[in-house]
Formats: sequence, structure tokens, C-alpha cells
Amino acid sequence: MKQTPYFTASSLVAGYDKKIIVNNIDIIIPKNKISVIIGANACGKSTLLKTMARLIKPVSGEVILDGKQISEIAPKQLARKLGLLPQSPVVPEGITVSDLVSRGRFPYQSFLKGMGKKDYEAVKEALDIMGITELANRSVDELSGGQRQRVWIAMALAQQTDILLLDEPTTFLDITYQVEILDLLTDLNQKRGTTIVMVLHDINLSARYADYIFAVKKGELISQGTPFEVITEEQMKQVFELDCAVIKDPVSGSPFIVPKGRHYVMVNESIEINE
Amino acid sequence: MTKKNHYVEEGFRKRKNRFITVTFLLAVFVLMLSIAMLYLGNTRYSLSVIVRVLMGEQIQGASFSIRTLRYPRMLAGIMAGMAFGMAGSTFQTMLRNPLASPDIIGITSGSSVAAVFFILVLEVNTTVASIASILAGLLVACLIYVLSRGASFSGGKMILIGIGIQAMLNAVISYLLLRANQYDVPAALRWLSGSLNGIQSKDMAGLFWTVWIFGGLLFLLGRQLKILELGEHSAITLGLRTDQTRVLLVMCAVFLIAVATSVTGPISFVAFLSGPIAGWLAGKGISTILPAGLTGAVMVLLADIIGQYAFDTRFPVGIITGILGAPYLIYLLIRMNKSGGAA
Amino acid sequence: MMRKKMILMIGASSLGIILCFAASLAFGSRNISLDTVLHTLLAGGSSFESRVIRERIPRTVFSILAGASLGVSGALMQAITRNPVADPSILGVNTGASLFVVSGIAFFHINSASEYIWFALAGAAVTAIFVYRIGSMGYGGATPIKLALAGTATSAALSSLVSAVILPRTEVMNAFRFWQVGSVSGATWDGIRIIAPFLAAGLLMGIFLASALNAMALGDDVATGLGVRTGVVRLIGALAGVLLCGATTALAGPIGFVGLMIPHTMRLLCGADMRLVVPMSAIGGAILLTTSDILGRLIGTPGELEAGIVTAFIGAPVLVSIAMRAKVRSL
Repeated sequence: MKQTPYFTASSLVAGYDKKIIVNNIDIIIPKNKISVIIGANACGKSTLLKTMARLIKPVSGEVILDGKQISEIAPKQLARKLGLLPQSPVVPEGITVSDLVSRGRFPYQSFLKGMGKKDYEAVKEALDIMGITELANRSVDELSGGQRQRVWIAMALAQQTDILLLDEPTTFLDITYQVEILDLLTDLNQKRGTTIVMVLHDINLSARYADYIFAVKKGELISQGTPFEVITEEQMKQVFELDCAVIKDPVSGSPFIVPKGRHYVMVNESIEINE
Repeated sequence: MTKKNHYVEEGFRKRKNRFITVTFLLAVFVLMLSIAMLYLGNTRYSLSVIVRVLMGEQIQGASFSIRTLRYPRMLAGIMAGMAFGMAGSTFQTMLRNPLASPDIIGITSGSSVAAVFFILVLEVNTTVASIASILAGLLVACLIYVLSRGASFSGGKMILIGIGIQAMLNAVISYLLLRANQYDVPAALRWLSGSLNGIQSKDMAGLFWTVWIFGGLLFLLGRQLKILELGEHSAITLGLRTDQTRVLLVMCAVFLIAVATSVTGPISFVAFLSGPIAGWLAGKGISTILPAGLTGAVMVLLADIIGQYAFDTRFPVGIITGILGAPYLIYLLIRMNKSGGAA
Repeated sequence: MMRKKMILMIGASSLGIILCFAASLAFGSRNISLDTVLHTLLAGGSSFESRVIRERIPRTVFSILAGASLGVSGALMQAITRNPVADPSILGVNTGASLFVVSGIAFFHINSASEYIWFALAGAAVTAIFVYRIGSMGYGGATPIKLALAGTATSAALSSLVSAVILPRTEVMNAFRFWQVGSVSGATWDGIRIIAPFLAAGLLMGIFLASALNAMALGDDVATGLGVRTGVVRLIGALAGVLLCGATTALAGPIGFVGLMIPHTMRLLCGADMRLVVPMSAIGGAILLTTSDILGRLIGTPGELEAGIVTAFIGAPVLVSIAMRAKVRSL
């Protein structure tokens, strides 16, 4: 049985001013999965994500959700289906956690009607999933980076979208919090079936948490597939221009890259790790 | 679980109660100050006389001083305060910078230039001046917006450009004041720092309706404003039509500023201070448009009472708000810079 | 190579000053031919026109001095704060000087330029330090936007105080009315004599600091590494900047934007070398202010338009264009 593609972009060209950053990308996002976009700095991965979230208007090509171009869907309608966590969101001064999370309910409110019972329920659920119910009445200014990121994800959760896009959700976080955030997103994917698409910096964490990986280089999609298909020595050489060895992640069993430099490379011993 | 849920709900309720209580108390305060404005003066009339005069009864002496002098002054104070407060708070929230109020980024000066030109130089009536003032305010707002748009819109750029334009407009105001038929001190002070002196009932109708219509619209747009505050990307993601919303908000705010400026002059610091004070009193979760308007009215009325009766010389309201505002301004700058909030 | 360019530029611009000087004597509500100007200057004369010319001499000399001082003051302030919008008018220094002078007139009954100047200098210094302290707090140091806002806001507060001081005192109001706008028309030889030592001191300090400021442009750490005592340089630079603009303001009132746009224009013309930018800013400032004064006289006929209004009008667009070109992040 062939499923109609759910969330796709075709022949997508996008950029700022006259500079083309995303060059003719076709991408099909697998439904109910976690997809990760990787690539070197300034390769266009973040622009691709922003264009798919309608933050940037494509120069040409289209982004299609459920059979409709996203530019033709009414903004609030779209906001109920597609959520995005920007890379560095702005915290209004002095706002409390639950007030911020409740802003995620905006797409469900009309001009005159404010927060209803359903909205409060959604906020509470989002706080609960992210484990920040105790912080609900604290001011966001006082929280640590990891806690803040959870608040932002909670806001996106309160939006109750089927698809959640995240632009480098773990940047600027300590390794402990990085793992914690990715675990929470996996929970979300498994419990609610939310389709998650994110840009990540860390290849090894991407390989561990992704169902599907897209590799972007100089505005073009050059490789895609499961972590085992994409994270290989040849592909990494191609995407990042980096020599590396790929071993098995001793914890998760997913592919794990070990970069090779010019120094400190063992000559006599095998660099393979036996099972 | 249920206990936790209770905790979240209680937080929402507490903040809502605080908001309602503060707004109510501010309204009561405005009412008390209004009564004081009617009561105070060379002759003090009893409350019953004031009420009878306002109901339309003719009382020797009282009718003139209350209905012709004190009532328009009071009404202008309330309305201008509301207008400056709401418009200032809108700009500050939208640009996410407490310093980005229309009196700092030059929009008020735009309206002021037009008002000075039409009233002092061409000597036309206030209606024409109000319209010119609105157009000038909108023009300046558009100009600042267009200039700051460039490759990508940034609040910081907009503020800096606004400051430049304001410097230019202030030069024009100084020039017009020096060249006006007669350089009279009251006129100069009104157009440089704002004053409620000599306001007549006939000047008030436009301001009155502007506050109701555009103030009301801003009040209704409160939720959209709060979403815009999250930044362009988050706002689009949440399904807000950001460009349209911004244009609508700016239009309303500029109408309020322009009409109020054409009646009272640019009363210093009211637009700038009302929003932050209201947010501090009423909390940041719910749109502070209404409390900011009421705070503006309280500030103008209180400052006018102080200016009229506290010293030997009668100071216009703008000078008092300017001086009272200064310490708070400095506190705000210091705190904001320390937290890295600027721009 | 460098020296050749330097001599050429300074030569060309000095010629500009001479032209301005002549034009300033010739134009006004009564235009006088250059022949007559030259004749009066060389041979004297007692005709009506000669008397007009002689009356125009002090204001012309003063506008050259004041323009030069404001230009250098701006260049110094921009260099020591490493901030493109540092300018006496934007830092609120002018308003600070105004407040002190007005308070002096009202409360201490000062009434001569020699007394004004001390008050103006004190006011300028206090305000400059205050605004810079506030503007440089917190993340990123003194960014243009923080500095500009701190300056504007402080100015607004101070001008309310100025109004409060003058309002009950009609005589102060009258003295202050024209001073508030900024004009060179009131210059007298006595006034120039009083401020001249301050200006000379400030200009000399500026020129001596130039090469140290070149090092400072690379950042405090690098400058320290190159053996520059950054604290001392900054202190002297600030002192010179305040002396220059404070002394000018005492006599002329607040004249804005000369200090902002001249150093920028000069950097465009002759590069970032402060050894060239400082003297060129002096010359450029002199030309700008004198031209503004002449323009004001021509446009405002039969009266005149104060130079401060003209410079604000020319200068504000410069600020706008700086803001437009600025990278978002550096704001």
C-alpha cells in the first residue's frame, strides 16, 4: 500500500536577498518518525528547516503539507499542524513559565475568545510531559538554559501540532541537558506519534536518536536514509570532507564516528573494535 | 498529579486576580484624581456643587470655572494620559525594548512638528492641526520603518534611526518656535514638553473619540501583541500574520499619539513610563494595554495637580512628568543593561 | 607616500577653510563683494561695508574654532569608546552643559562667558561620564544602540530640569532662548579669548593621542600588548573631548552632529589612521560649521537660521545612514 506523501518539499530554492542558500532540494519527511538534518556550518540546513516552516518564502519550488501548499493554508490552521522551535527564541521579560507556555494556544483562540478549559488542559499536559509543572509559576528569566529549552518545547507542545520542527534544540546546552532534551523528544514521538524534524550539530547524537537522516552540503541534499545508510566513512568524507572511522556506539549500537586528524593515528594496531 | 494541576491553575488564577485588582484600583485612582482636578483651584466648590454643575445646572461662578476651565483640563489629562500610555506600551512590547517608546524614537516629534507648524505658524484650528499631526506622525513612523527595514528588520536599527530623525525634527521645532509670530513661553513649553493649560472643550472631541476607537482596538489586539512579543519567528509559527498585525498596531498607536500631541503637546515620559510601571504592577502575562493607559492617566493628572499647586510657580504638566520620570528612567536603563535586555 | 597624501589633503582642506572664511565675511543679510572684503582686510576702511565685515570677523573666527573643536571632540569620543555614534549631542553632553549653565545663571547669578565656561565644562563632564557608565553596563559593553538610548533619555530628563529652572525666571528665559538652539552669532573677541586656551589644550591632546588611539582601535587587549596604557589614553582622550565640546557649548550653545558626521566623513576620505583623522576632523569641522553658518544666514534672510539647526538638519541623515549600514549584531 502506497501512502501519499505527508510533508514534502519539491524543487525548493530559498535564500536571503539574492543569495541562494537552499538549491533545488526535494525532500520527503517520513511521517511519525524522528528525522534529523545534518551538514557543515552554513550549508543551508537551517534555511531548509525555516523554509519548510514558512519563516522564509521560497524563491521557487513548494512545500506541501497533506496535499496542500503551505502558503495556501490559513496561518492559524497551519499553526495547528506545524510547530517550530526557533534557534534562539526571545523571552519576554518577567513572564512566568505557564504564561509563556499558554501562548502556544494562540492558534486555537479567536479574536474575542480567550483561554478556555481545553487550553488550560493543553498547557498543563505540556508542562507535565516536559516535567516542569513545579516551575509553572516561576519567571522564565530565573531558569537555567536547559530548563528554558524545556519551557520552549512545552510551548510548542501546547500548540498540539502533528509535526514539530526544531532548529538546533541542543545548542548551548551542557551534554547532560542535550541528552535529556533528546530523550524527551523521543518520548513525545513514541507516545503521541509526533513527526519530529530537527537540525542537529552532533553527528553521533543524531545517529542515535534519528530514524532517518538527511545530509545537506552547499545547499543540496546529498544523502539520506537510516543512520546506518548515511553515517558511513564514504558519506562523511563527502558531506563534511572529513576522514573518519565509523564504529558502533557502545551504548546504543548505532553508528558512531571517530574523526581522523593528521596526528595521533595509530599505525600498528587495528582501529576496529571487536564485538 | 491532581495536586500539581491545581498548582498550575492556581497560578493562572492568582495572576488574573492580580491583573483585575490592579486595573480596578488604577481606575479608582483615576476617578479620585479627576474629582481632585475639579475640586482644586482658586475657589473650591463642594462635591454637591460639582455634581450639580456637571449635571447641567447653572450656578453663578461655579459653572464657568468648573465646566469651562477645570472639566476640559481634567478630561484632556485623562484622555492624553490614556493615549500616550497605551501607544507607548504598544511600541515597547512590539519592539521588545522598554526604551522604544514613541517619544524616544521620534514619532511624537513628528506629530509635534506638524502641530506647531499648523497652530503657531498657520494659525488654523485644532481639527486641521490634528489631521496634519496624524499624517505627520504616520509619515515619520513609515519613514523610520522603511529606512530600518533594509535587508532585515531589526528593532535596534529602528531605534537608532528614530533617534536621528527625532534630532532633525527637534531642530525644526526649535526653529518654528523661534520664528513664530510672538515667542510666548507657554506655547514654547507646550510644544517642547507638553501642557494642559488653556485647553477648551471644543478641542476635546477628536481626542475623546480617538481614545475610544483606537484605544479600544489596541485593547482588542492585546493578545496578538503578546504573540508578537515572542519574536518574528515564534509569532509566524503560532499562525500570526505578523506584517498585518504590526501595521495595524502602529496605525492605532500613531493615531493616539498624534491626536493627543496636537491637543496637549508631547507630554514627556508618559508614553515611556506607563507600560513598564503597569507591567510591574499588573504582571506581564496578560496584555498591559489597559493598565498602561490608566497608569498614563494617573501620571498626567497627578503631575498636573503637582505642577499647579505644589510650587509658587505653576509648572506645566510635562515638566513635572519629565522630572518625576528621570529617576525611574535611570533605574530602568541600569537594570535593563545589567540583564543584557537592550536591543 | 603616506606623508605626501597627508600634505596634499591638509593643503587642499586648508584652502577650503580660507574660502569659507572669505565667504563668511562676504555673505549675509547684506552681501558684500570679495574685492571689498579683501580691501578691508588688507587696508582697513571706515565705510559701512567695512564695518559689517569687521563685525563678521569674530563670528567667523569662532565658527572655525568651534567647528574644529567639535570635529576633534567627536573623533576622540568615537575612538575611545570604539563606538560609531559617540558624539557630544548624542551623549547628551550638550544638555548637561545647558543645565549647569542655566542653574549657574539662576542660582549663582553668573553672567559672563568666563563664568559660563566652568559650569558648561562641569556639566559636560558629569553628563558624559554618567551616560557612558549607563550605556556600557551589561552585555556587550557600550553598543551604539545602548549609548544612543542612554544619551537621548538622559537628555530628555535634563531638558525637563532646564525648563523647570528657567520657567519661573523670565530674565533667564530670555538669555537662554537663543543659546538653547546653538548659534555662533553671539561670538565676541572676549568670549573667544576666554575659551581659546581650553580649545588649544584639547586640540593638542587630541593630536598627541592619535597614534595611541590607532593601537586602541584594535581592542584594549591588543593595545595593552603593544605597550599602550589604555586607561591613561582613555582618560586623557575623554578629558580632551569634554574640554573641546564643553568650551564650545559654553559660548555657542549646543551645536549637534558636527562631532558625529565629520569623523565619519574623514575616515571615508582618508582611511582609519587617527594621525590623519584627528587633524582632518578639525579642518572638516571648521568647514562644516562655517558653511552651516553661512547657509543659515542665506536661507534665513532677512534674519538668520542658527547654525545648530542647520547642522542638525545635515547631520541627522548621517546618523540614519550609519544605522542603516550597521550590522544588526553590532547594534
